Amino acid sequence: MNVVVCGKVIPASTVTIELDASNKRMVRKGVPHELDPAAASAVEEGLRLIEKHGGQVVLVTMGASDVTIGIRNALAMGVASAVHILDDAVAGSDTLATAKLLAAAVKKQEFDIVLCATESSDSYSGIVHGQIAQLLGIPPLSFAKEITVDGGNVTIKRQSESGYDIVESALPALVACSSGINEPRYPQLKGIMAAKKKEIKVYSAADLGLAPDQVGEKGAREKVLTIGRPPKRQAGKAVTDEGEGGKQIADFLAEIKVI
Amino acid sequence: MAETIWVYAEIGDGKITTTSLEMLAKASEAGKAEVVLLGPGPDDAVQTLANHGASRIYHCADAVYQDYLTLPAAETVAGLIEKHNPAVMLFASSYAGRDLVANLSARLDCGAITDVGDFELKDGSVVATIPALGASYENTSTLLNQGTKLLIVRPKSFEPKENPQALAVEEVPAAADDSLRKVHMKERVVVKREGPSLEGAKIVVSGGRGLKGEEQFSLLKDLADVLGAAVGASRAAVDAGWVPYAMQIGQTGKTVKPDIYFAVGISGAVQHLSGMKTSKYIITINKDPDAPIFQYSDFGVVGDLFKIVPQLIEELKKRKGA
Repeated sequence: MNVVVCGKVIPASTVTIELDASNKRMVRKGVPHELDPAAASAVEEGLRLIEKHGGQVVLVTMGASDVTIGIRNALAMGVASAVHILDDAVAGSDTLATAKLLAAAVKKQEFDIVLCATESSDSYSGIVHGQIAQLLGIPPLSFAKEITVDGGNVTIKRQSESGYDIVESALPALVACSSGINEPRYPQLKGIMAAKKKEIKVYSAADLGLAPDQVGEKGAREKVLTIGRPPKRQAGKAVTDEGEGGKQIADFLAEIKVI
Repeated sequence: MAETIWVYAEIGDGKITTTSLEMLAKASEAGKAEVVLLGPGPDDAVQTLANHGASRIYHCADAVYQDYLTLPAAETVAGLIEKHNPAVMLFASSYAGRDLVANLSARLDCGAITDVGDFELKDGSVVATIPALGASYENTSTLLNQGTKLLIVRPKSFEPKENPQALAVEEVPAAADDSLRKVHMKERVVVKREGPSLEGAKIVVSGGRGLKGEEQFSLLKDLADVLGAAVGASRAAVDAGWVPYAMQIGQTGKTVKPDIYFAVGISGAVQHLSGMKTSKYIITINKDPDAPIFQYSDFGVVGDLFKIVPQLIEELKKRKGA
């Protein structure tokens, strides 16, 4: 089976993300990047599916040239090839413009199943996968914590408020994986070496048939008006434990009349 | 004339969800509130909505909305939006709400704002306040599309309010097309949870990466038991597989607003802060004095949680006994 994973490469978790006041976007330039752990889980899930059912996994991603490191990581994990949407014009895309670009790139691939993360670990909108599914005209399955493919059907355990739901659809379909669905593998040396020879196809928005006014800031329906820091809570008291830390918390609870 | 604001109401545990009523309170304050309610629900569902400010309820109790996810509801809501063109439509930041908005925005080519904490209508447009990147920043955003603006509202942003309206229900036909019956809900499995639920708990004890493993969460359970608290977790702990997702607090988990929130071994990633920062008192235990969580805490102890928590439990038991 052919699996396409739409995943994001984001500023590394060690980086404190800042917003640029001039263009109201996240500062992504010049900071170390990594494959989003949530995307790594979707890649891992794709690899497990093809290990069972045969086929290959293709990664589709979007971003400036900083993201190559994350693409290489996915290739080293075992992804066959990657598609990189690289175009200055796509900077500032909102969720829907992003989904249009990704969906157009997915359409150029053969796929039985499209896997995404439920949300990225840097902006968490959580709606891009559902937009992609609708743009591709395939059923959207979301919040999957377990995926089983059997013949032409996919069944997932979908997280719910009270437990989980068993949800089924015919393929092709899009499944968004929830965080913690699996523990992504670490690339091995062999994979890292092999990754260097794997193909990364680069597309511009025009290559994907999208006009300049459909993507990037021009195509964005959502416009950020202001950014700022909310009034900070007055940070309270902090003490260093010198053997009485637990008792001091109990004292604080007594002070606010909880005990 | 006041603008019309729609609320997509959801049913959970056999009743209209609290978040639906919260959104309804805001909608009736900001404009003329109307509700879309799809799928089977309790008999008093429409009355509950009218009592909380709904001046009109578009309703269809067909089981298709319960048995098939997203597509039938999106079809019906899209049809209603095109017909009535409300200024704004509010959805809860829930599983169903997010999926529905994703589908609708692509279908109607209209974009959407997620994680909205508040909004106002201004010159025919909407200005939404979004605590961005968790809690590091607060942004305002607007939508430039013509027609209805879709907003995903985070729970506990508003207080539900009684605001009785005359009951006006408009029954709408069920989405009948077979092509919408694609994502089949075969079975709902309820996983029993112990102790008080996170949503309603007065005290929440949460653990993060600092707990170092699954077994150590029993330590928090012991603390929670003494306090009558619910146990939560950060995404790091959930991702590590130590505790189930149902315990996750944060932007992509649950939003809680207890009187007292214990952040134990939680650094305070923005993702986590957004789910708990409105707690009345935040008590922090962390070995790293520079952890961002200390910025938000009312009382913090820098040190080894494996020493501090047992001492706290013992102390609480002692004082309770006294």
